[in-house]
Amino acid sequence: MGLDIKQLYKTFTLKELRKGLGVTGRQLFRKKTTIMYPEEKTPKSPRFRGLHALRRYPNGEERCIACKLCEAVCPALAITIDSEEREDGTRRTTRYDIDLFKCVYCGFCEEACPVDSIVMTDIHEFHMEENDERVINKKQLLEIGDQYEPEIAAARKQDSAYR
Amino acid sequence: MSAVTIEVDGRPLEAEAGEMLICVTDRNDIYIPRFCYHDRLSVAANCRMCLVEVERAPKPLPACATPVMDGMKVFTRSDIARTAQEGTMEFLLINHPLDCPVCDQGGECPLQDQAMGYGKDDSRFMERKRSVPSHDIGPLIATEMTRCIHCTRCVRFGEEVAGVMEMGAPGRGESMTINTFLNRSIDSEVSGNIIDLCPVGALTSRPYRFAARSWELRSHPGISPHDCLGTNINIQTLRDQVERVLPLENADINDCWLADRDRFSYEAVNSENRLTQPMIREDGEWKETGWEAALLHAAKGIRAVIETASPSAVGALASPASTLQEFYLLQKLLRSLGSENIDHRLQQCDFRDDAVAPRFPASEVPIREYDHLDSVVLVGSNLRKEQPLLSLRLRQGQLKAGTSVSAINPMDFDFNFDTAELRVAPGAEMLVHLGALAESVAGIQGISLPPEIARIGPASPMETTAQNLVDAGEKGLIVLGALAQQHDDASLIKAIAHWIAEHAGCKLAILAPANSAAGWLANCLPGSGGLNAGQMLNAGLDAMILLGTEPELDSLHGKAAFNALEKAGFVVQISAFKSESVMQYADALLPMAAFAESAGTYVNCEGRVQQAGVAASPRGESRPAWKILRVLGNFLGQEGFDYITLDDVSGELESALDLSGISPSARFTRWQAGNPKSPRGEGLLRIAETPMYRLDPTLRHAGALQRTADNPPPAVTVHPDTAQRLNLAAGNTVRVRNGTGQAVLPLRADRRVPGNAAYIPAGFPETTPLGGQVPVTLEKA
Repeated sequence: MGLDIKQLYKTFTLKELRKGLGVTGRQLFRKKTTIMYPEEKTPKSPRFRGLHALRRYPNGEERCIACKLCEAVCPALAITIDSEEREDGTRRTTRYDIDLFKCVYCGFCEEACPVDSIVMTDIHEFHMEENDERVINKKQLLEIGDQYEPEIAAARKQDSAYR
Repeated sequence: MSAVTIEVDGRPLEAEAGEMLICVTDRNDIYIPRFCYHDRLSVAANCRMCLVEVERAPKPLPACATPVMDGMKVFTRSDIARTAQEGTMEFLLINHPLDCPVCDQGGECPLQDQAMGYGKDDSRFMERKRSVPSHDIGPLIATEMTRCIHCTRCVRFGEEVAGVMEMGAPGRGESMTINTFLNRSIDSEVSGNIIDLCPVGALTSRPYRFAARSWELRSHPGISPHDCLGTNINIQTLRDQVERVLPLENADINDCWLADRDRFSYEAVNSENRLTQPMIREDGEWKETGWEAALLHAAKGIRAVIETASPSAVGALASPASTLQEFYLLQKLLRSLGSENIDHRLQQCDFRDDAVAPRFPASEVPIREYDHLDSVVLVGSNLRKEQPLLSLRLRQGQLKAGTSVSAINPMDFDFNFDTAELRVAPGAEMLVHLGALAESVAGIQGISLPPEIARIGPASPMETTAQNLVDAGEKGLIVLGALAQQHDDASLIKAIAHWIAEHAGCKLAILAPANSAAGWLANCLPGSGGLNAGQMLNAGLDAMILLGTEPELDSLHGKAAFNALEKAGFVVQISAFKSESVMQYADALLPMAAFAESAGTYVNCEGRVQQAGVAASPRGESRPAWKILRVLGNFLGQEGFDYITLDDVSGELESALDLSGISPSARFTRWQAGNPKSPRGEGLLRIAETPMYRLDPTLRHAGALQRTADNPPPAVTVHPDTAQRLNLAAGNTVRVRNGTGQAVLPLRADRRVPGNAAYIPAGFPETTPLGGQVPVTLEKA
């Protein structure tokens, strides 16, 4: 057991403390990366998986054909679809519900969709105040799609080269 | 047939010489892809998907059309076989649209599966795809003919199994299409099977169209309640709603087929006319109420009648489609109240043989033997519409073993097999001709005819048919159909048939409606001093309990039944459906679960006891009928109604009824024959058949079935010569009159109806005033 000279030297010269403060000092003069959310926002990837939307064709016809592939692929069982034959003989949904609390935002629904109808937008700032608001229905989903169609289309276009 | 050994993918397999290769591989769980091959249909070998490599064969051979030979070496997954399969798949997909996401077959599609397993991932086809127009072929089947790959399974099914050539393949090569001839609708009573057979989405179910996906459906085994076969069905539900019904293979009963009646009747379960809330009538006003109030009201009404009149003023009628437990509880309830007025035979008119009747109306020939019979005599049976799947078996028997079928029927029904001898015998003539058959049998056997039969009346002898029956012995069968059982001399017909069967040494079958066998076994029949269905509906009682039946449509004497029920002081209707006429006479409506929503036991004509489970929860406030009867028993203060589960009821009835080892016999316990009493009178004999889709309330609420060609709007059908004689023409509206009432109906002409008769279907509100097989007169309206 002898006294460790090196340890004593470190203790009395406050070497570790000065080393730490050195890091702080260096960072003080580096370029800042803090984002002042919500005034400032980070750029998002076109593949960002946020709130869902149902899209329409340019002629206003809903894209969804009630194939139920999204419902089948959904790992969280968040999607519920009822379908029927519409008057014009096409296959359509009568109910398209997504439970946003169940959803794990994996994006499988978008991957499975053969007609690019269900998409995940880059909207991530949404909240609910009542419990039943967590389930969004077909009308709401279509409205989201209608409102953000330019952004949705732009994001799909940007990513199309990699698909 | 000699046994041979072949080698498939290095595995030695035993086979019969001459057997097709695909049968051997299927039996040994070696999968070979296929589209056109089906083990119940003939071999067409036109899809070429089952190509395999056979050693020393210059080209790949189709496994479905290659007979095995001793020492044959087959490779199903070799390079040659795989290249051939891939090539075939590429060609098949040339004209197949890629619309799987909207196709109802998607998820259960052999083409989809095999394209994944045996296809390439890309197509080299750059040219235009062809598109084929689809035609409306009726309310049951949706078509999308661009998807068709021309396997011709549907064509072969119609030709070979159903016996009606409805689909065909006009055009050749690129212009070949599968279509009905002249774009007609598909009217076969077993047409739904082509939906199952179609390996792509060209033929899909119309009522099920776009309703669900195969992967999200839950399967529940069930029993179809509509005929006496106890057909095994697979009831599929999505989120507790019945979405479709598929066959459940059972080689002893339905094989892999299903009649449209069993397949599409589920629509009634989801019908808007379901009764979902108990209702009571107070001071002439209907109002919805809870179970407690409704049961109190029902019990009070019945008890009031018992107190003011007597227990025998109460009667109960059950639908023949009820389950064994329902029959048992209903009769137990009535008997514990002290009444013997219980019945379920709403269509029957002649009850004179009740004392000597067999234990239950049975077929002495098991269902699977119907395709191995030598000689069959149909008496008053439109077998094809009454028991479609038995008719298919008889047809197979005729095609394979040459079964000779004769018929003594009120009219020349359209069968899917040939009849060797046909006696068109409406009304009392049926007896006369059956008597003639008996006389011929007596002649052959050298015995004398009993006086009861001998006095019936002369008709030309039926020597050949009698000889066939005698020669067939155990493989001969006399079938008594619905029109024989609802005949005014049904007891006499049964007696003669019994006598013939006894002395020709052949078998006898009474094909009773629906689950009637269970009704008999559960003793849902009038006891001593009790009234039978006919008497109850004629005389009218003070209080009635109806279980799942609308007697005004289910009974042949509809108008009389309605009047009797309206006259009754108190009527409790336990029903799954609302109906305006019921609202007129009932005083309490108790909603019961429909057939897929309630468990229970069914007994078929061969005495086979089968359990059906619950596929979906009862709609709204409706409850399984056995629970309703159980609680009604409590409310009426009766002992022994403390069951907790259905198993408690089953357990009790098993010990009470002794169902083990019931042997199917259709013979009287002691032979007797009464006097003929068929009504005679001026005019045309009425043939009162209940069409196949009007038989019970469930069928009457099945939307698509009601729109089929087998369910035309009610009309009077006469022979064209009769129409001419009466100065009437087809299309005229005529006034039909008889002793009981009159009706105004359109007139049709058909050579199948004999000159002295008029075919007027029962089971329609329009024809109920005419009641029974009473002669009618026609005049222009």
